[in-house]
Amino acid sequence: MDFMSLKEISPDQVVFWQWGWFSINATIAFTWGVMAFMVIGSWLITRRLSSGPKMSRWQNLLEVLVEGMRNQIRDISQEEPDSYLYFIGTVFLFILISNFLSVVPGYVAPTASLSTTAALAICVFVAVPVYGVMSLGVLGYLKEYVKPTPLMLPFNVIGELSRTLALAVRLFGNIMSGMKIVAILLAITPLIFPIVMHLLGLLTGTIQAYIFAVLAMVYIASATRAHREKEIEDKEKGEES
Amino acid sequence: MDSISLIGMASIFTAGITIAIGAIGPALGEGRAVAQGLASIAQQPDETNSITRTLFVGLAMIESTAIYCFVISMILIFANPFWDHVIKAGG
Repeated sequence: MDFMSLKEISPDQVVFWQWGWFSINATIAFTWGVMAFMVIGSWLITRRLSSGPKMSRWQNLLEVLVEGMRNQIRDISQEEPDSYLYFIGTVFLFILISNFLSVVPGYVAPTASLSTTAALAICVFVAVPVYGVMSLGVLGYLKEYVKPTPLMLPFNVIGELSRTLALAVRLFGNIMSGMKIVAILLAITPLIFPIVMHLLGLLTGTIQAYIFAVLAMVYIASATRAHREKEIEDKEKGEES
Repeated sequence: MDSISLIGMASIFTAGITIAIGAIGPALGEGRAVAQGLASIAQQPDETNSITRTLFVGLAMIESTAIYCFVISMILIFANPFWDHVIKAGG
């Protein structure tokens, strides 16, 4: 049950089913798998929620997850997390679960393909101006690009593009390297060491999901920050007068 | 020397050099960052949470340079476009 040989570095190259120009490769299939897992899982858990002291252990798990994400977002953005939770939480859970499921034999993490990670990074790339415009207005957001001087405009634009690329390649490189190391070790010492590297892969998978979400949050927070600083200034002025 | 062996030789050599040099810089940088982070935690144990979070994010940023080198060397070894082209042209 191994879909990928050692020589392929992307699950995009593994085609399951093809009809004309339309083909379903391993990345799409496993992304759908992860989506189905998340949707069915959360549907099963949230079907009967209880607000009393007695609750199922799965509800407890979800509450810990959501509460943890809310706390982290609140720490980073210094704001109420509700408007950010949908986007950041979804990205975090998707990456986390697609990395975690790699303990299932035969599964190839969709995040080990540059297409998936590029799509996620483009989502962040689009979300930053959306949140920025929502809190600063179009002109206010565009003004951020010519700060501190208009000379910085090209550097700000390049920075925006390069951090998107960095987000995509970082996640892809980490997950893909973990997979390749396990595959190489399987060929050399198949007894115990692949398991150890799998454990390490779980750790890196968690950290990478966390880092992706935190970086997305930091980028969004930096786009909406000017607004908040101005608000705080105004409040201080109001208190003085 | 024909082009296949030339390309193979150059790719393997470059892949090794890439990952070797690419590992040195981030290793030194991460060592410094972790040492400084531990020193800060020892000084201010109350701030452990925010120090750890910033440290992890910073480590990921530093590490990404090594990951770029790794991806380049992987492409050179497993998905080298010049190698594929020569193989295809040669039949």
